[in-house]
Amino acid sequence: MDLNLTAEERQFCDDLRAWLEVNVPKDWGEWREKPIEVSFPYLRAWQRKLHEGGWAAVSWPKQYGGRGASLMQEAVFWEEMARAEAPPMANALGLGLIGPTIIAYGTEEQKKRFVAKILSAEEIWCQGFSEPNAGSDLASLQTEARLDGDEYVVNGQKVWTSYGWVGDWCELVVRTDANAPKHKGLTVLLVDMKSPGFEVRPLRQMTGESEFNELFFRDVRVPVKNVLGSVNDGWNVAVSTLMYERGSFGARLHLLFKRNINRLIELSRTFQRNGHPAAQDPVMRQKLAQCYAEIEIMRLNQLRAFSRITGTGVPGPEGSIQKIFWSELNQRVQQVAQELLGPYGQLLSGDSHAIDKGIWSYGYLRSRGNTIEAGTSEVQRNIIGHFVLGLPRSY
Amino acid sequence: MQFGLSESQQMLKDNARKFFAGECPMNEVRRLMETDTTYDAALWAKMTEQGYTGIIFPEEYGGVGLGKVELILLMEEAGRALLPGPFFSTVALAGAVIDSVAVPEQKKKYLAPICSGEARSTVAFLEASASWDPTDARIAVANGRLTGEKVFVPDAAVANFMIVVARGGVFAVDARAPGISIKPMAGMDLTRKLYSVRFNNTTAERLGNAAGLARGLDVVTAALVAEMVGGMQRTLDMTVEYAKMRKQFGKPIGSFQAVQHQCADMYLETESARSAAYYAAWALEENAPDAAVAVSTAKMYASDACRAVGNRGIQIHGGMGFTWESDLHLYYRRAKASETMFGDATFHRERIARLVIDLGTVSAKSA
Repeated sequence: MDLNLTAEERQFCDDLRAWLEVNVPKDWGEWREKPIEVSFPYLRAWQRKLHEGGWAAVSWPKQYGGRGASLMQEAVFWEEMARAEAPPMANALGLGLIGPTIIAYGTEEQKKRFVAKILSAEEIWCQGFSEPNAGSDLASLQTEARLDGDEYVVNGQKVWTSYGWVGDWCELVVRTDANAPKHKGLTVLLVDMKSPGFEVRPLRQMTGESEFNELFFRDVRVPVKNVLGSVNDGWNVAVSTLMYERGSFGARLHLLFKRNINRLIELSRTFQRNGHPAAQDPVMRQKLAQCYAEIEIMRLNQLRAFSRITGTGVPGPEGSIQKIFWSELNQRVQQVAQELLGPYGQLLSGDSHAIDKGIWSYGYLRSRGNTIEAGTSEVQRNIIGHFVLGLPRSY
Repeated sequence: MQFGLSESQQMLKDNARKFFAGECPMNEVRRLMETDTTYDAALWAKMTEQGYTGIIFPEEYGGVGLGKVELILLMEEAGRALLPGPFFSTVALAGAVIDSVAVPEQKKKYLAPICSGEARSTVAFLEASASWDPTDARIAVANGRLTGEKVFVPDAAVANFMIVVARGGVFAVDARAPGISIKPMAGMDLTRKLYSVRFNNTTAERLGNAAGLARGLDVVTAALVAEMVGGMQRTLDMTVEYAKMRKQFGKPIGSFQAVQHQCADMYLETESARSAAYYAAWALEENAPDAAVAVSTAKMYASDACRAVGNRGIQIHGGMGFTWESDLHLYYRRAKASETMFGDATFHRERIARLVIDLGTVSAKSA
């Protein structure tokens, strides 16, 4: 056990810090609050710049444009990005989830075709996984792909697709064998979203925005060469993508949470509760300290998981504890923010009395989605129960 | 950066697990808990032979000279075995306090017999006020003589000498010195006996400089958290095993989500407490600026989590979990005692609030 940076990690960190110092755009503050539809070209340009510097996907193998960075270096990467107040990258799903899946399962031709353009943000990727009738029971999905010559013909519907509105390509899970058991008849297709019959509609969520989309497929034709992995082995390919989602995503979230708790502590020094600053209120102190400590434990769980993964190379089902931990923790932190701010907590962005431009009312509502998206807490507990603890399947 | 165990650390942990399983299985734990003190001289001699009594103490005093992480791993396995007797009191408690406050001659005098297995010890800390803040100590030494009462002193009856946290200093007292009277307190934990200790004009030796006490107590607290993690792990293992084996409605109860999800929560709580305990040990070893926050984070989390894990474990065992025959309640009793020892979650949240909100101590980043 040694949590100090190794010489190699220190070098990596120094190089990155030096690069960020020169290259992080100075005007990000002016763009941060704008709707993502407006700032998206800005984020694309920023990702291109990172890519040119060799920093877009540090954990990818060198031959595919990464740096072959260890998970620990990746953790350092996100910490430094946050420290430098760098903007996020446009192609988040392509870089974090889909690129690694293509590298793991793709043919040489597919890797050559797709990987470079994921890195440069020339092609934005999204995931077509959930359906209206296949959420937690993802393997029951019904969007079908019928073989017709050297093409699949896709019909069906997907929902809760992030970046659908700006996507160029989609990692789509479809049913290719309706007669096989549900996990054995799925295939992953890489689908050009400009194909005829492919329609994207916005989905308005409880916060009022449309982060997600619905995707509709009417006789969308996909060449057979765009099958990722083997036909009818799509479940394994999709699960691999989901594990990247559950495992390393938490590393980035930690920094956001840290910023939130630091801001709440700062607010507590001036915000009044019962006639004195909230920071002097014994109950608020308890709650803030609890959040602070749990955010630290989230980081430590992540580091321990990274150390374990370093041995095996892929994230395992233990990643499910990170997903449960961060999502439920964020809900607790947002609740404490509401208690701290009292009636001000409810004020929306745009109200002149709103604290921090309404981020706390937004955060409170948005956090309800955390325990649902990327696998509900219930599904995560099933995964731990069955795959980690070896209990019999519950469903 | 590597948050896993090194090969030698893993070996120490594996060996400790085997040692405790072989030398102190549950039937032995049950035998010892029925004795007055739970101390067993033969077991103590074997632990000394393993180097456990000197694990973190410098080699010049006969110790093994290992670090805080190694101590934590050993304590985790001791907790898993529900080890009875004065090991925690002697090594992790008295030993760590002596190591942090005493001058070299005193360390030689007090640590050497601990390392060699000749002496047992403990720390007399709490008074009637039950405050874990050492500055609240009222008992005092005048002209080298100590008078007053300490309560909740673990394993006092088998201590050869005691370390007393008093007003204005830390003192060592010979347990057979005139004026000492030791009376058992009937605590819930049957495997770690508690005592009230009255001192009446008892000779006391001032140990070095009390300025090191806070750090010493942080080592004690981290070791206690590790012991709690071991108990949580054992409770989880027993519960998962039972949920696989016990059938109702024609199926193992572990196949029902109401049961399975509680097991998943026990796993999450155990692993999270372990992450916090390991980090606290490492931060202490490295003298990291956030070591005190890390220790309080670990004790805060573990204090709540060990209770939650015990609650869930008993519930999942159903009627079986409520029997005397089941070992669960023995762990549950230890968990309750450990929850308040050296500060419950509320105490440590307030300490974190002081360090983070009032003093602005920032948690150290990895870079």
